[in-house]
Amino acid sequence: MNAVNVSRRQMLLGGALAGGGLWLGVGPAEAQSAGPAMLGVFVKIAPDNSITIVSQNPEIGQGIKTSIPMLIAEELDVDWRQVSIEQALANQKIYGRQVAGGSMATTLLYDSMRRTGGAARAMLMQAAAGRMAVPLGELSTGGAMVRHAASGKSLSYGALAGDAAKLPIPDLAAVVLKDPKTFKIVGKPMPGVDNQKVVTGAPLFGLDASVPGMKIAMFVKCPTFGGTVGSANLAAVKAIKGVRDAFIVPGNGDDYELASGVAIIADTTWAAMKGREALKIEWVLGDGAAQSTNGFAAAAAKLKGSRGPVEIFAEGDHVAGMAGAKKRLAASYHYPFIVHAPMEPMNCTARVDVGPNGTRVELWAPTQNPEPGRASIVKLLGVTPEDVTIHMMRCGGGFGRRLTTEYMTEAAWIAREAKVPVKLIWTREDDITRGNLRPAGWHHLEAGLDADGKVVAWTNHFVSFGKSDGAGGGKFGRAASIDATQFPARFVPNFRCDATVLDLAAPTNFLRAPANNGFGFVMQSFIDELSMLAGQDPVAFRRALLGEARLVGPADNRDSYDAGRALAVLDKAAAMSGWGRKLPKREGLGIAFHFSHLGYFATAMEVAVADAGDVTVKKVWVAGDVGRQIVNPSGAMNQVQGSVIDAIGSAMGQQVTLVSGAIQQSNYDSFPVMRMPDTPPIEVAFVLSDQPPTGLGEPAYPATPPALANAIFAATGVRLRSLPIDTALLKA
Amino acid sequence: MVQMNINGKAVTVAADGDMPLLWALRDVIGLVGTKFGCGAGLCGACTVHLDGAPVRACQTPVGDIGTAKITTIEGLSATDLGRKLQAAWAQLDVPQCGYCQGGQLMAAAALLTDTPKPSDDDIDAAMAGNICRCGTYTRIRAAIKQVSGQSAAGQSASGHSASGVSA
Repeated sequence: MNAVNVSRRQMLLGGALAGGGLWLGVGPAEAQSAGPAMLGVFVKIAPDNSITIVSQNPEIGQGIKTSIPMLIAEELDVDWRQVSIEQALANQKIYGRQVAGGSMATTLLYDSMRRTGGAARAMLMQAAAGRMAVPLGELSTGGAMVRHAASGKSLSYGALAGDAAKLPIPDLAAVVLKDPKTFKIVGKPMPGVDNQKVVTGAPLFGLDASVPGMKIAMFVKCPTFGGTVGSANLAAVKAIKGVRDAFIVPGNGDDYELASGVAIIADTTWAAMKGREALKIEWVLGDGAAQSTNGFAAAAAKLKGSRGPVEIFAEGDHVAGMAGAKKRLAASYHYPFIVHAPMEPMNCTARVDVGPNGTRVELWAPTQNPEPGRASIVKLLGVTPEDVTIHMMRCGGGFGRRLTTEYMTEAAWIAREAKVPVKLIWTREDDITRGNLRPAGWHHLEAGLDADGKVVAWTNHFVSFGKSDGAGGGKFGRAASIDATQFPARFVPNFRCDATVLDLAAPTNFLRAPANNGFGFVMQSFIDELSMLAGQDPVAFRRALLGEARLVGPADNRDSYDAGRALAVLDKAAAMSGWGRKLPKREGLGIAFHFSHLGYFATAMEVAVADAGDVTVKKVWVAGDVGRQIVNPSGAMNQVQGSVIDAIGSAMGQQVTLVSGAIQQSNYDSFPVMRMPDTPPIEVAFVLSDQPPTGLGEPAYPATPPALANAIFAATGVRLRSLPIDTALLKA
Repeated sequence: MVQMNINGKAVTVAADGDMPLLWALRDVIGLVGTKFGCGAGLCGACTVHLDGAPVRACQTPVGDIGTAKITTIEGLSATDLGRKLQAAWAQLDVPQCGYCQGGQLMAAAALLTDTPKPSDDDIDAAMAGNICRCGTYTRIRAAIKQVSGQSAAGQSASGHSASGVSA
């Protein structure tokens, strides 16, 4: 066993595989004496030259199970087809962060995974130098072989792995990395590693999990968030053929962990559904029953023209700036509650073994974020974190929904109560009616322009959700706050953003490019309005607002804003779209840009609006800057195109509405998702700035809805300030 | 007990006639490639073939199937067309999460059996019932066109749109 520090808490560890061979991994310093099975092994090289790379993060369709192992394989200097990929278990003590969220994996792992691969290669070369008795400097690698050109000798990595395992691990910081110009894997389009299983229908996803003796479970919760079961006709449900059990789960009062409801255990999903049809529950409605979308809208409308009690960011003197402005414009913008609706409904398979030596919980969970699930189970089932084993199953989409983990807690609780392993399946109706809300928001905006059309003052009263203090203040809910640095903060000399918090009982959650997915629409639509007020071209006006290429904010800060990178993607998208060309009547080009999740994106869109108001997106051009290296161009292109389709679909038709605290939509008819016939051609270009590579699951989303709204304005002269788009406003 | 012919094999299934084929496949027979997405015939994730025609397994009671031959995604590779579609899907790297793609492939196979050289409108009509929440429609179209011997506008052989990486 050898070890080298990776960070304060983690060491690069290595040693011999059972049966010979080399493994390299990362783990806690105290785990040095453990074998590879206990550690976050990233690379395993067996004597037969088979090479296994372990993927540490959840796969939700963002392509991480392909792209991160590509980094290791590149520096290990093996052929991609020689590598097989294994999904890691959830264990943050070993792996650190295992989350599909925040578009963070590439940012956090790009360097360390390359160095891990490079360290293994260095050890194998060192072993080869000893075996061949030649100078290290005369050796080269490729295709999992070490070669000595002068003598013609070569040895496979597998043949060297046993010797390499006895060598000290090189200092990670000193590992010599490849010149990116010589990359053979990174930067090349690599199909997803699970594609063959996907196209043949092999078991792969959470819902495909199967455990001996397993029953199907459904869990019926109150339509109103926070509601609890008063009574239920359990005997009638248990009388249904194929139903094995039915019982009340009291819940712990936290919809993020374990809501109250009725569990039905059955031989098949169909039997569970029939049991559910027979189920009658008397609900005790919670505080949420008094809440409605209309009520929130009325409360938000009343706040127009006022200042919010929660100060977010202020600079200069917004009162004097506005008073001194040559032209002023006030407008109120809104985006609705939406839910994630990934194709695979929430589900989790759980086995709970209660024995004399304690309780063991094993979960097969399609999750983006296993640890909150583990924490809830530890709390509610009275087990230790080590008692809970979590297999991270491939997720049939995530979009943020699987960052919360109540389906894991539900499955574990129900399996323990039922005394049988269960696969908990939510229906689509469960998924939407018990969704996590992307918080709706209202922005009461005003801006002032000077005589040259420069923006000299900007105010925003943001109305959002959380736990209200009763006086407009309070604590923002999950994904419901606004960052102080949200553009154009720091780009307007007299600026104020403040907020009001409305009380919301329903759980909110991060949804792809959280908060930014609404802010992009608001800010870039209002900026478009201001360009018209100034009588300026929308691209030229945006260039002037961004100003000189410079970093706004401190270096190495996640919230700092590189105006040069924003300008570059804006210019690129404008050029791709042929910005400025003349279009027929009721057709228009719109543009927008946005920075989030460390990525800079600009979107240009061409639309045609029929006399009846229907909108057709004819083409989309996207320019993005996520640093100097696109790890997997195939996955990257797919992510950007998918983000654009997601965003257009959402802007065109998605909202969920609360009436008496209950979501009114329930399936893909009332909550529509973009389909093939509506999908436009989407051209994507990556602008390679000399910056560290960053993530791509989210930042292409936020500029899309405003590009659509701005294109509709260009086509019709109608400014849409509310989503989803109301085509009735667009009639000729 | 219901007798069925699934992927060329006679199968006896312990299920009442009202059980949707989706749950018979997944829970009773153990073929889990056919996916549950909506349970209401709205998303296409459960698309299978009955005598070659695409149907929604979630809306098809097993008692109504009779002697019709059922093909699921697990049986798609029995035909040359099926294998070509699977290869195109994998090579063009169509999937993101991949959950809907079995249904997409079954819909595409039915389309190309009836219409070997589909137009864009044909593709839209045949695929409109299949949701891909990840939004891989551009590549689904490209893969269908590749298999039908037509080149897709804006698509290179490697499956990426015409515009690539620029410095």
